[in-house]
Amino acid sequence: MQKEGITVNEEQLLYSSSHEWVRLREDEGGKVATIGISAFAVQQLTDLVFMELPEVGRQIAAGEEFGEVESVKAVSPLYSPVDGEIIAVNSELPDRLETLGDDPYEKGWIMKVRLTDESSLARLMDYSAYQKQCSEEG
Amino acid sequence: MRNQTSMRLIFELSRSGRGSTVLPPLDVPEQHVQDLLPPDSLADAPPPLPEVAEPDVVRHFTNLSTLNMAVDTHYYPLGSCTMKYNPKRNERLSSLPGFLHLHPYQDEETLQGLLQVLFELQQTLGEIAGLPAVTLQPAAGAHGELTALMIAAAYFRDLGQQRTKVLAPDSAHGTNPASARMAGFQTVTVKSTRAGFVDVDDLRAKLDDSVAVFMITNPNTLGLFDQQMSQIADWVHERGGLIYLDGANMNAILGIARPGDFGADMMHYNPHKTFSGPHGGGGPGAGPVCVRRHLGDYLPAPVVSRHGDRFTLEKLPPKSIGRVRSFFGNVGVLLRAYCYLCTHGPDGLRRVSENAVLNANYLLSRVKHFLPVPQGDRCMHEFVASASKLKKETGVTAMDLAKRLLDYGFHAPTVYFPLTVPEAVMVEPTETESKETLDAFAETLFRITGETAELLHEAPHSTLISRPDEVQAARKPVMRWTSE
Repeated sequence: MQKEGITVNEEQLLYSSSHEWVRLREDEGGKVATIGISAFAVQQLTDLVFMELPEVGRQIAAGEEFGEVESVKAVSPLYSPVDGEIIAVNSELPDRLETLGDDPYEKGWIMKVRLTDESSLARLMDYSAYQKQCSEEG
Repeated sequence: MRNQTSMRLIFELSRSGRGSTVLPPLDVPEQHVQDLLPPDSLADAPPPLPEVAEPDVVRHFTNLSTLNMAVDTHYYPLGSCTMKYNPKRNERLSSLPGFLHLHPYQDEETLQGLLQVLFELQQTLGEIAGLPAVTLQPAAGAHGELTALMIAAAYFRDLGQQRTKVLAPDSAHGTNPASARMAGFQTVTVKSTRAGFVDVDDLRAKLDDSVAVFMITNPNTLGLFDQQMSQIADWVHERGGLIYLDGANMNAILGIARPGDFGADMMHYNPHKTFSGPHGGGGPGAGPVCVRRHLGDYLPAPVVSRHGDRFTLEKLPPKSIGRVRSFFGNVGVLLRAYCYLCTHGPDGLRRVSENAVLNANYLLSRVKHFLPVPQGDRCMHEFVASASKLKKETGVTAMDLAKRLLDYGFHAPTVYFPLTVPEAVMVEPTETESKETLDAFAETLFRITGETAELLHEAPHSTLISRPDEVQAARKPVMRWTSE
């Protein structure tokens, strides 16, 4: 289990095909997923100008849109990789979008979701499968 | 050569007391503003308007205008925008005093000539579309989309059906989902296949009784005609939905294929693209909408109709969605479209499309050897190359190529659209360009791909402003001038 503040190893994260990463941790209430977007995604998006975060407390399903990032090129929706309730969002992020590029796996986290259903985790990729997808897209 | 003060703001040229206005003597009793308006409506000080002599004003704006690129000065292969030449006769004919000096409040009897032109334009657009009911009211293509989706909403309301969704492919123009949302629908994206067509499995999975409209651009934004079109329309119609055709790419199929024949129920035209109206400074544009006869009752008013020799403006029909634009729409650009249609006639319009497709394919055949075109060897009126390989090998991006083309005197192609192609370079030559121009463009683009990355990252080198800071422009736009 990862603890907050410990250097994140991106090889230990899970990834969705739409470029969100997931870090799982367990507490008394069950599993909590911390979610962000990958370094590859940030690089593809190029210069970011806006970001919209979801509301804390919202129930979200895997595959559902939870926010969006806008770059000088396009607006891209963000899709939740898991099912659950949003328990925290990184509210400083929209004012410091450079964090997404500088530190995408730690300070660049976007939201935390308490899982209500773990079945969607099976659809996520490990690091090597995700790297393969990126090399095909890039 | 270049006027060194031409980039200064008009406010910076201002000198207190330097006016250029000569007013005639006052011939009515003088009244002070304080006597006419309550004190809380009066400003403390006059607004800080620039005070500039007339020659300085003229030089300021004339010099700024020469910093721009235009179809009349440069080749303009801006994909998706159909930047064809705008014939000068259209300008001359639409400015005839008989059109120019009309007033919309004139009696209908005195507007018969204009109404006849608008009526014939409705008929012609309906015939080209294969969709007989036409409104000329919408003021732009996206406004046409919104109008058609409002018609669809009213139609399904009448049928008592709860249809909440609009589907559109991931290669669609951004206006499609935006128009759907504005018309009160939820938008759902349908995937494209690697070959660039609608992924029919994904479409069928998302197609149910809650779908009101499937919006499709055909030929699509990759410059490909989706041959599954009729089958797609059948599936959508079987579930009770409507097909909307985004007519942005009509320049490829005039007189060759009619949207009404391949399954569309509604569509819009972009007269500034297809019918050679000027793409001017955001307007005034037009986005005529054509629909099937049974949807005609919902069209916005007024529609021009004919009774014998007389043309009249039909007031609101009972099921009309109402008005979407004041008076008769943007008549000026509609007149230009009418002139263009009359000039070419049915056979000429077909040749327009054939030559647009021929030009695009010729350019494709020259470009694909050094800039890969992922979606194949053939195209309709435009094609989408990718700088992805170039970027991997040298770090040079689609943006770098686009910016460098400016140095060689070519307007840039569209870049980074459609979103489904990485490092997209979208080229639409149009039918009005010569082989020599196309050759020169292809050779220049080839030459640029061999230039050093350092040179290209800093391009353009010959323009007054090189690369504006797009991030700051989006995040902290300066919308007002202040003296500080």
